[in-house]
Amino acid sequence: MWILRLNMADRTYRLDEVPEAYRLLGGRGLSSTMILDEVPPLCHPLGPNNKLVFAPGIVTGTPAPSAARVSVGGKSPLTGGIKEANAGSSWAPTLANLGIKALVVEGQPKEKGKYWMAYLSWDASASKPKVEFLPADEYVSLSFYDAFPKLYKRFGERVDIAGCGVAAEYGYANSGIAFNDMFKRPSRYAGRGGLGAVLASKGLKFIVLGKTGGPGVPILDKALFEQGRAKLADALRTHPITSPKGALNTYGTAVLINLLNEAGGLPTRNFSNGRFEGAPKIAGEAIFEINKQRLGKELYNHACSPGCIIECSNTFFNKDGSEHTSCVEYESDWAFGANCGIDNLDDIAEMVQLCNAYGLDTIEAGGTLAVAMEAGVIQFGDSKGAINLIDEMGKGTPLGRILGGGAAFTGKAFGVVRVPAVKGQVMPAYEPRAVKGIGITFATSTMGADHTAGYTICPEILSVGGKADPLSTEGKAALSRGFQATTAFLDSTGHCLFIAFAVLDIPSGFEGLMEECNGMLGTNWKPEDAAKVGGEILKKERAFNEAAGLTKADDRVPEFMKYEPLPPHNQVFDIPDEVLDAVYGEL
Amino acid sequence: MRIRVKLFATLSSHLDGVAPGIPFEMELPDGATLDNLVDQLKLPSNEVKIAFVKGQARAMDWPLQPGDEVGFFPPLGGG
Repeated sequence: MWILRLNMADRTYRLDEVPEAYRLLGGRGLSSTMILDEVPPLCHPLGPNNKLVFAPGIVTGTPAPSAARVSVGGKSPLTGGIKEANAGSSWAPTLANLGIKALVVEGQPKEKGKYWMAYLSWDASASKPKVEFLPADEYVSLSFYDAFPKLYKRFGERVDIAGCGVAAEYGYANSGIAFNDMFKRPSRYAGRGGLGAVLASKGLKFIVLGKTGGPGVPILDKALFEQGRAKLADALRTHPITSPKGALNTYGTAVLINLLNEAGGLPTRNFSNGRFEGAPKIAGEAIFEINKQRLGKELYNHACSPGCIIECSNTFFNKDGSEHTSCVEYESDWAFGANCGIDNLDDIAEMVQLCNAYGLDTIEAGGTLAVAMEAGVIQFGDSKGAINLIDEMGKGTPLGRILGGGAAFTGKAFGVVRVPAVKGQVMPAYEPRAVKGIGITFATSTMGADHTAGYTICPEILSVGGKADPLSTEGKAALSRGFQATTAFLDSTGHCLFIAFAVLDIPSGFEGLMEECNGMLGTNWKPEDAAKVGGEILKKERAFNEAAGLTKADDRVPEFMKYEPLPPHNQVFDIPDEVLDAVYGEL
Repeated sequence: MRIRVKLFATLSSHLDGVAPGIPFEMELPDGATLDNLVDQLKLPSNEVKIAFVKGQARAMDWPLQPGDEVGFFPPLGGG
């Protein structure tokens, strides 16, 4: 396999053999390692010295189940630290099957405001991938929903597309990188941390991959790989969370709305309450029921990417039965719903659709709207006003540009104290005062506040992989550390993080996961090695952040969480600083 | 004693006229536990994964008090 480098300074490309030091790496492990090795930590995220690394996971492109993920790494304009955002899309296995282990976007064109796209395809006569750079001016300022169909018309149906939207063209710290879903929608996002703006700063609007040809992904020991694949697939089909017509396939990720609300941990009206009275109206159950009424039949969810067994992506339909958007994830539903005091699913769906159109991260967008509501820009519950504010971001008005900077930036602009962000990145849909372990993850993760970085919700709320009292502080540093390390490993395999629900409860599934990797790489990893391998990745990310100027003071939740008790449990965030420091101190 | 009950996700489909997350009241003998409540509702016990009493997760042998609000969930995940 190759490392493919696109140099946007002169629009040339180079194919390098994969160095031995990178042979066992994939996904997040590879993207974070390359960022640490190649990007000066003090560089400006939108300047010529930052880079973006797109790395498919270790098993991506093989028949491994639920494994079509690509990790995107770079220095984050939002946090000022390292960023790894990953997405599930057919784009990922297509890149892997072209023989590319990592695609690096580097350099910067001298011309301002000019954009190109890179078209990668398999050159059968030379037996290697080739790249064409083409002008992309006609796609500038377009909604993704207008740009994607034009691209498919131009390149044909058998391509996959990644790109950045208008939010990225404006240089917003809230701008993601969009990938196509199975139905050619621009709806799968490496959303967090502003990596869209990094792509735009390189003058690169789209990376289009031809799906025809390519050497495929080499598997060293096919029998071992197949043994592992079968065990993991069995676990996913058996576990009640991940199985067909299980909770995820039926209600989508928004099934968590009622659960977190019941636990008093659903952040409401900019993290001022742990319960939202409108929760049942926006929950996954409500999405299922409304679709059923509008379509006249039960609708189960679909896969975001090829080879997925879980199939958790939903579609929300209008009253007339036409499609409104895909997909209303838990985090997006909460961000525009409970966190903004909004209980209207049609308006929430519209906000999701607008974020997908402009290229905004829904979590950061919803968190920003809530801070703007706190500031009195509009009132909590004003869903039409919220839609207008997202349009302001899309139009690049002065107010929109403030909001596009994210929640922390908006909080500063309006003098708001209650800004629920860590390292400049707004918190997702779990209240640290009601679920202490996830608060530790938010505080200490190398990524800023990020639930996917160490999902202690499994034992604290879901009773998956054991049980832990969410309100207790005991043992939570070790719990978060373990989840963060194991997650860094999982993010490297290319599997969706949701396989954790099954493999944490079914030991043969975890064995299968390791056997798959061993079959790919010739390693001899056991389940207990996952946290060890992942821990080494975290150390690299931490080293980048320290060199970028982040300190222990950045590993803290915002102060208001330490003195404002949160209803209904009336708890503050009472994890001592030395416990937070021990998360990485004892890694 | 009277208590309030909420059933979520697939669990609500086991009882006629019950919508997910909408509370209903019922009468239980004094000293009844969460397990007893599951039996009285004729819910399949293997489908009840998480039980909340007044917003805190409790084991199934937890004794209920008059006025308690109980929430039952099947196995679920997301995020």
